[in-house]
Amino acid sequence: MTHLFFVLTVALYGCATVAYLACLARTSPILTRWATNLLAAGFAAHLLSTIHLANKMKYLPLTNMQESLSFFSLTIIGAFIFFERKYKVTTLGSFIVPLALMMLIASSSLHEQARQLSPVLQSNWFWFHALLAFCSYACFTIAAGVGVMYLIQRYFLKKKQFGALFQKLPSLETMDEISYRCLTFGFPLLTIAIISGSIWSEKAVGSYWVWDRKQTWSLVIWLIYAALLHGRLTIGWRGKRAAILSIIGFIVVLFTFLGMKHSITW
Amino acid sequence: MNIIVVGLSHKTAPVEIREKVAFSPNQIEKPLHELLNLDGIIEGVIVSTCNRVEIYGTTRDIAGGIARIKRFMAEYHNLAFETIEPHLYGYHAEAAIRHVFRVASSLDSMVVGEPQILGQIKTSYGYAAEFKSSGIILNRFLHKAFSVAKRVRTETKIASSAVSVAFAAVELAKKILGDLSDKTVMLIGAGEMCELAAKHFLNSGAKGVMVTNRTFERAERLADEFGGEAVHFESFLEHLHRADIVLSSTGAPHCIIGPKDAEEIVKKRRFKPIFFIDIAVPRDIDPKVDDVENAYLFTVDHLQEIVQANLAQRTLEAEKAEEIINQEIGQFYKWLSTLEVTPTIVALRNRFDEIRKAELDKTISGWKDLPQDAEKRLESLTVAMMNKLLHAPTSALKQSGQGGRVDLYIDALRQLFELESLQRDDEELELEE
Repeated sequence: MTHLFFVLTVALYGCATVAYLACLARTSPILTRWATNLLAAGFAAHLLSTIHLANKMKYLPLTNMQESLSFFSLTIIGAFIFFERKYKVTTLGSFIVPLALMMLIASSSLHEQARQLSPVLQSNWFWFHALLAFCSYACFTIAAGVGVMYLIQRYFLKKKQFGALFQKLPSLETMDEISYRCLTFGFPLLTIAIISGSIWSEKAVGSYWVWDRKQTWSLVIWLIYAALLHGRLTIGWRGKRAAILSIIGFIVVLFTFLGMKHSITW
Repeated sequence: MNIIVVGLSHKTAPVEIREKVAFSPNQIEKPLHELLNLDGIIEGVIVSTCNRVEIYGTTRDIAGGIARIKRFMAEYHNLAFETIEPHLYGYHAEAAIRHVFRVASSLDSMVVGEPQILGQIKTSYGYAAEFKSSGIILNRFLHKAFSVAKRVRTETKIASSAVSVAFAAVELAKKILGDLSDKTVMLIGAGEMCELAAKHFLNSGAKGVMVTNRTFERAERLADEFGGEAVHFESFLEHLHRADIVLSSTGAPHCIIGPKDAEEIVKKRRFKPIFFIDIAVPRDIDPKVDDVENAYLFTVDHLQEIVQANLAQRTLEAEKAEEIINQEIGQFYKWLSTLEVTPTIVALRNRFDEIRKAELDKTISGWKDLPQDAEKRLESLTVAMMNKLLHAPTSALKQSGQGGRVDLYIDALRQLFELESLQRDDEELELEE
């Protein structure tokens, strides 16, 4: 059952990716509608598949890389759907949806055994921590996607190239605003995630902060986004600088997520 | 029944001729009335804009109808026929339908894709409908033209891009600043293009205008006109950071805004982007300003480039539009050709005969000991009934031969008796505005 939903999700995300990429080449309201509807259907299937799995395992499916990647992709699509509805930026989908699809395919290529839950993991603090962390990561992913779009559009404006992609991309200010919105959602989420994570750490191993690689890198991520937010609010960092920083932040997030295993759980 | 089109447009006649044959919309009833009094003209619509004067009509006598309308256009305006004759065109059948579809879709306009023409035709049709000079054919025809225009508009990008420099500037500003509703424009110097662009910005929702000029009175006058604020030229740099859009066209021999100024302004704006347009020759704004982060400088050449690209794009889109029109002509022509007397009578007879035969067969096949020659008698009975029933409508159709009434009858008959499927596009029937 979970598998069926999963296959359906991959198929729907695949179709949505094709539709969103086609949106870059053609202007057609029908095509846009198809893209958003396919993605919404895919998101629903993904959500059902995750809930079904969670129900079967009796915990959130975040215990191994396969499950985590799938969950990451789910939160990204969720965040994208939110921002697309709010700002009417279809082109963002051409950048974000393929990424989420790739994560999902990578996830399905991993055949890890669902891990036996060690007692340390079985704490509500852990689930709370993980859920918030993924939501903040999703916001940062959107911010990075918009950042890339911003840099492309800025390039076109500075080089005075007014091609088809220039016409498609949203205005600089819209993208900057989305980026800022992502930051104001993502940063508090990350902060609470880190705090709840350290509470969990205290409960599990008796120390709030153990300076393992995961925790250290999480702190690095927090500092990057704190700097970005601070710069924005006080000095008025925006535009190109903000875009580049949010892309760097996302690379570090990805690196931490893929490369840094938790000393407590692993 | 034939649709004919007679008229002249910016493509065939200079403005001196066009203005002479124009019909005033305030007194459109009289010419419409006179038009219908012409021999053989059954329905009529007059479209009169500054770029074209056209009369659409229906007639059974194509050559005569066109000639009479041409004469009418000259005589109504007390012009010698010879002065306007070389500028006039006349179309009938498919060419007439194509012409009107193209005009409504703005393919025949001076600026291809400009949207006003559709509204103008709708208004003209509104008068014709009000004074009852249009009948079943022109009603259907113009509604079809409106729906074709709508299709062209939604399915092609013919009208989606800016084709004037001032409008291109607004589009470009939107690509940088997004929503313009909280943005301020600063005009440096005066010039027709600058003022036009400022007007476009205000129409697109810009919040306010600042005006500066070497002669302060001039700045004040212009500021009054736009409901804005006049700024002294000596100190305009101090106000520049409040502007999101800067339009510059002074006659200054040197640059009046350099990269250093731009950097300072951007810093004062807390790095909010600022959009410069330099319309002046020689330039007012140092090209290096464009290298300043969050400052975007465009010259009139850049805007011109956009306009050229958009015009080329429109030409491409126009080809798609012609394709759509080709499809629609076929459909409409089919409907028009059903409005003929003889085929309608044949179709009506066939329909009755079909029913008669079917019912007769049903009766006979269920009848066990049918007396001899009963079948024959039944046959002649039903045929006689059918002929009697059909006699009145058939002769009415034949006798109403001339005049608009026959089209009404034919259309009604075809619908009431479901004589072959007629293309009915109900969506066309709503008339916007």
